[in-house]
Amino acid sequence: MKNEGKSAQRPDNTAFTQQRLPAWQPILSAGIVIPGFLIIGLAFIGIGIGLFLTSQTIQVQEMDYTGVEKDSPCFRCTIPSNLNCTCEVTFSLSTLFTGPVFFYYGLSNYYQNFRRYGVSKDYNQLTGDTRYFKSRSPEEDCSPYSYDSNNNPIVPCGAIANSIFNDTFELYQIINGTKKQVPLDGRGISWWTDYNIKYRNPSPVNGSLAKAFDGTVKPINWPRPAYELDLTDPNNNGFLNQDFLVWMRRAALPQFRKLYRRITDGDYAAGLPAGNYSLTVHYNYPVLSFDGRKKVVFSNVSWMGGKNNFLGLAYLVVGSLCVVMSVVMLVVYAKFKFSDDDDA
Amino acid sequence: MSFFGLDCTRKKEGEVERKIRANDREYNLSFKYATNSIKTSKYNPFTFLPLNLFEQFQRIANAYFLFLLILQVIPAISSLSWFTTVVPLVLVLSVTAAKDAIDDINRHRSDRKVNNRKVNVLISGKLISEKWMNVQVGDIIKLENNQFVTADLLLLSSSEPLNLVYIETAELDGETNLKVKQALTVTGDMGENLEALAEFNGEVCCEPPNNRLDRFTGTLTFNSQKYSLDNERVLLRGCTLRNTDWCFGLVLFAGPETKLMQNCGKSTFKRTSIDRLMNVLVLFIFGLLALMCIILAVGNGIWENHAGSKFKAFLPREENTVFSAFLTFWSYIIILNTVVPISLYVSMEVIRLGNSYYINWDRTMYHAGSDTPAEARTTTLNEELGQIKYIFSDKTGTLTQNIMTFNKCSINGKSYGDVIDHYSGQSLEITEEMTPVDFSFNRLADPKFLFYDHSLVEGVKLELPDVHAFFRLLALCHTVMAEEKREGDLVYQAQSPDEGALVTAARNFGFVFRSRSPETVTIEEMGIQRTYELLAILDFNNVRKRMSVIVRNPEGKLSLYCKGADTIIYERLHPSCSEVMKVTTEHLNEFAGEGLRTLVLAYKDLDEEYFSEWKQRHHESSVALEDREEKLEKLYEEIEKDMMLIGATAVEDKLQDGVTQTLEQLAKAEIKIWVLTGDKQETAENIGYSCNLLREEMNEVFVVAANSPEEVRQELRDARLKMCPDTEQDKFLIPEIILGNTPKVVQDENVNGEYGLVINGHSLAFALESNMELEFLRTACICKTVICCRVTPLQKAQVVELVKKYKKAVTLAIGDGANDVSMIKAAHIGVGISGQEGMQAVLSSDFSFAQFRFLQRLLLVHGRWSYLRMCKFLRYFFYKNFTFTFVHFWYAFFCGFSAQTVYDEGYITLYNLVYTALPVLGMSLFDQDVNAGWSLEYPQLYVPGQLSQYFSKRAFMMCALHSWYSSLVLFFVPYAAIYDTARDNGKDGTDYQSFALITETCLTVTVCVQLGLDLSYWTVVNHLFVWGSLGMFFILTFTMYTDGLYRLRPSSFAFIGTARNCLNQPNVWLTVALTAILCVLPVVVYRFLSSQISPTINEKVRYKVCQMKEPAPRPRRTRLTRRSTRRSGYAFSHAHGYGDLMTSGRYLRRNALTCSTGLIPTGRSPGFKPTGRSAGYSPVGREQNPKQKVEPTSLQVFRAVKDSFF
Repeated sequence: MKNEGKSAQRPDNTAFTQQRLPAWQPILSAGIVIPGFLIIGLAFIGIGIGLFLTSQTIQVQEMDYTGVEKDSPCFRCTIPSNLNCTCEVTFSLSTLFTGPVFFYYGLSNYYQNFRRYGVSKDYNQLTGDTRYFKSRSPEEDCSPYSYDSNNNPIVPCGAIANSIFNDTFELYQIINGTKKQVPLDGRGISWWTDYNIKYRNPSPVNGSLAKAFDGTVKPINWPRPAYELDLTDPNNNGFLNQDFLVWMRRAALPQFRKLYRRITDGDYAAGLPAGNYSLTVHYNYPVLSFDGRKKVVFSNVSWMGGKNNFLGLAYLVVGSLCVVMSVVMLVVYAKFKFSDDDDA
Repeated sequence: MSFFGLDCTRKKEGEVERKIRANDREYNLSFKYATNSIKTSKYNPFTFLPLNLFEQFQRIANAYFLFLLILQVIPAISSLSWFTTVVPLVLVLSVTAAKDAIDDINRHRSDRKVNNRKVNVLISGKLISEKWMNVQVGDIIKLENNQFVTADLLLLSSSEPLNLVYIETAELDGETNLKVKQALTVTGDMGENLEALAEFNGEVCCEPPNNRLDRFTGTLTFNSQKYSLDNERVLLRGCTLRNTDWCFGLVLFAGPETKLMQNCGKSTFKRTSIDRLMNVLVLFIFGLLALMCIILAVGNGIWENHAGSKFKAFLPREENTVFSAFLTFWSYIIILNTVVPISLYVSMEVIRLGNSYYINWDRTMYHAGSDTPAEARTTTLNEELGQIKYIFSDKTGTLTQNIMTFNKCSINGKSYGDVIDHYSGQSLEITEEMTPVDFSFNRLADPKFLFYDHSLVEGVKLELPDVHAFFRLLALCHTVMAEEKREGDLVYQAQSPDEGALVTAARNFGFVFRSRSPETVTIEEMGIQRTYELLAILDFNNVRKRMSVIVRNPEGKLSLYCKGADTIIYERLHPSCSEVMKVTTEHLNEFAGEGLRTLVLAYKDLDEEYFSEWKQRHHESSVALEDREEKLEKLYEEIEKDMMLIGATAVEDKLQDGVTQTLEQLAKAEIKIWVLTGDKQETAENIGYSCNLLREEMNEVFVVAANSPEEVRQELRDARLKMCPDTEQDKFLIPEIILGNTPKVVQDENVNGEYGLVINGHSLAFALESNMELEFLRTACICKTVICCRVTPLQKAQVVELVKKYKKAVTLAIGDGANDVSMIKAAHIGVGISGQEGMQAVLSSDFSFAQFRFLQRLLLVHGRWSYLRMCKFLRYFFYKNFTFTFVHFWYAFFCGFSAQTVYDEGYITLYNLVYTALPVLGMSLFDQDVNAGWSLEYPQLYVPGQLSQYFSKRAFMMCALHSWYSSLVLFFVPYAAIYDTARDNGKDGTDYQSFALITETCLTVTVCVQLGLDLSYWTVVNHLFVWGSLGMFFILTFTMYTDGLYRLRPSSFAFIGTARNCLNQPNVWLTVALTAILCVLPVVVYRFLSSQISPTINEKVRYKVCQMKEPAPRPRRTRLTRRSTRRSGYAFSHAHGYGDLMTSGRYLRRNALTCSTGLIPTGRSPGFKPTGRSAGYSPVGREQNPKQKVEPTSLQVFRAVKDSFF
């Protein structure tokens, strides 16, 4: 302040302007890198072992029922003329399949992640906003499943909804030759957020959901309109149908599984006991045209989710690599360590 | 110099001749000459938006994004929503627009300031104060002392005798010394008579507006008489009136048509080598982008043919696979556009701006003495400062202070100036603590003058006749002008600082030069005022190397006083002086050995009759039409002989503080320093030695001073063969692939030992010819030090251009004067010293500061950091963007090449803007490998920059490879981790949205970890930025995936709930950790191993810093070593011609004498005008030195045409 006049231009003396901010200056010294690698390596190996063992405990029963092979039980259903075809897949479990058991259907070579497929839906419509039932927000989004041939608006529109997976299954345990139906629980198989927030049914008109869909037509491939998806449970209809919700959450990869049912009830709450089982398939969904495969999967889960050996193995490999590298670096360090009296 | 609005101007085409009638606005208006208002601003509030946008879209990057935007609105192609492009584009455009707007507002402001200055205009017989912008061509205006000249004026009359005015041209050409202009007598007679001036109806017919500052031709027709007008009569806008109470002038050119404004041609836009590399890389990136898109398009075609065609049951679409592939190509162009980063250029600008501010803020580069902080005038060249290989330095005012101090003298065989220790008899080093001589006995003494030897003042007080004669000579024999504003407050206007120093010395020792008139010189000798009649000035020139005056003292005695170079004077001394000569010679050797500039003084009493006869002959000769110069020279020769030696002076050309140490540091950083000076060879060599550029220990210092091209070539070749005998003739050229337009570069040749090269102006002219330039360059580049003396400003630029042309090296030119402007503009980086000589150099420079020593900090600290930061930034930036983009490429193979993005659109929009912008910006603004102290301690740290090691094509390829690897990890690890699995509650966890989020998280974490690894200087800000950005990712992700936003716009926020459902899965976090470690692991291993096996200098120093943990010691100062070898340098630094001015009789005949000269040639000269000290030319029509006549090289001609003045 005192030399205001004379040194008016003098720059401020702050750590920032003078680039002297205190700083932590880590360097990749041997003392950090080598032990660091060792520790990371050991930790990874530990995690890897844990993951791998966990993954090994998960039981998976997987069956392809596409019916490509002539001797497969569903072969006859692959003939397109054969409508409402049912086939039966049998399998046996040698040990108890601990519950809760999850029952998935799987598709492969199915491009739910195709961009044009993925955009073919209308979220505005699916929030139950009836304004979007008849007019489409961006017109092209749902194409080519916006309107039917009579130019009636399709609700729910778009390729995803139209292509909903429509095979159905019944599972029986064969006890002494008799079939005992295993109860399948279809409630709560979709994401909570999807069921409670993302998708909403239009408000019923005069107490009737169907009336809300007035003036619209069902998707072309659908046997019944959206409000009649589940005839057994009136609450499982419209956009809040669990199977619909599961299908609408499109898969990331061309091979995927989707949850079909859970086995949590009654005698099977503890799992599927060892024994023979028979799965009745109502074969509707055509996949052979695009070389797709259909399968059913029974699986249980652990804290790390479904069965996946990759993570465990990857952790083991990376962990071992770290340990190996730490040894290599130690050797190199011992050999090349540059001395202080270097003329730097 | 926004002060005068130097950016500008539209040239008015077609004006062939300018006709002006004084005081006749109507007549003059008919020609539509420009008014005096200037406009340097580009926009006004209405044109700003369209014009600025138009300009911005001319940039290729912006145009590219506009093109993308257009692609995105085509539904069939659009793979991304429009906002992913619009948001960054708008941000980039608005940042640039804001910067442009601020610049333009400043220009508006300075325009307004200049335009609203007041000046007195003569309107209908009355003086009216008007704004500058209202002044029109043909107006008569009155200027007062210290006012700026309003427009280009024809000088009509002035307050001074003989219608002289004194002007300072510092703003125009950087010279601080005064120049004289004179009005025609016919107009001068009007004086201050307003009526006469108002009735003045002279008609001027002159050349159209041009940018030649040194030339003006025209005629004035008044009272049916024609008078010719030349540059002598014209005051140019930008000058300042000095020592003149008032003057009247007729406006000839106004506003944009003034010579000043015509001269402000757009300075060339400099780009850094990183910029140039970036252009190549961007092309490469475009190629890469096209390649990827083609691969994916082909992939799409194949897929559609095989798998896709069958998938039509659920998704009917395009039948034609070729068309589908074509659409896919464009869709992927949109998706993969992030490889050409739009934010890259903006970020680079921000980084450069930030680093420029550091330069402005640096207190260690602030000079308290002149209250000047360093200034980065160009904010786009910072990183280039870290790559300098060659420095071209001016000498005067740059290495030296251009302050001459009278240091020592020898009077009649006795040496004065050393402080002798009473006990030992040894001379002591002069330090601050010593008491200087007390000059209080002399009321006119200059308080700034310091002298430490008390015996000299004793001598004066004892009235020793020799001492008195010595100082009398100094007080009389010069061309200095004195200005005495108040009684006793004397200011000397010396055209050379040496002369000023000598006259000031005489002043302090009691022989005070008070004033001069054309016929007299008034001095005060020990308090007694005496007026000497000045009979003749025998002026200095380069051949004579001496000047003399012939005066008659008040007692009527005639004397000739002479001062000049020792060799010259010694030849003309009376034989009786031989004793004194011997002693004086010893003293001279001693002085010269200390690097002082010497002059020998002698006098001679003249015989009245002889003189009057001589005077007569002199008069005849001086009006002779033929061989005037020769005749005069003969006459001078005749009278300047048999002189008596009085003594010798030694003037110190003071080095700037810290020059030696700075040069030493720079040399350690392997920067080559070439001194290009207008000075004489002796002076230049002297300075070379005194600042340690040349050293006694050097193996050899070659001096090239030949007179013919053959000799020069031979000398250069000999020198080179001596340095490296086994040199091969043709192997020095390596084909240059990278730059393309330059066919070859000269390889560096290494030799053992240190060599120096001194080359003078004539030889340099030959050496710069196209057939010899390579020879010269090769030889010069082997030498450690190169000193070019007697270099014209143009040659300075040529030398720089030569090095730029054949060396793939970054050059820096540093200078302070107008004669350095060409060099400053030619070099990659121009640095101006805001010192003694006006502002011209600073104004055309990229960086400016007050002291040469700041250069080491500018380069070794700021430059190095800027380069390091920029390179780190680029490497990281490319890494993060490539990694981001390549993941899409891999995903294409799993989604039917359908241009499905991996990430959520919100993430794509924000990735570059929010999630990764600040950490990398923080790194490039704060990172330092080692602190400033260590940077200066180890100048070798600078070397990697010179070799472009931190960012090159190779480094770029490494980045791309690293990204390629990282993207593989980032795609396939999440892929494998979610393959056929489920969430821990058995529900779907492998859906697209979860996959997108997992990949996004992995990517964000990975690039953050990578940044942390790159960051070597974690300040608070960096912590804040890194953690903040990471936190921001999660905050924004959760926000974007919330219920509220979804309800607001379901289609834009369709990822609702994904974050909640996905990020609570332990295996997601395990995946994130795995990818991050896997991506970083090889980098750490590579870095660690390479730092162990072959550590770079950088790593060594950092290691050392880590060990020491204490602040670096301040770089030690080395004491200047004195030498004993004799080197002569005489203290005469001005050009011929000033003496003419001093004698009125001759001055009035000036027309006949110097009709062809331009500005009065004094002191330093502007541009490459071949006059003045810089060249040693004589301005008197004929060139003094015939060797100088060299055909201009093509470059010379080119430059002369290109920028005909500066």
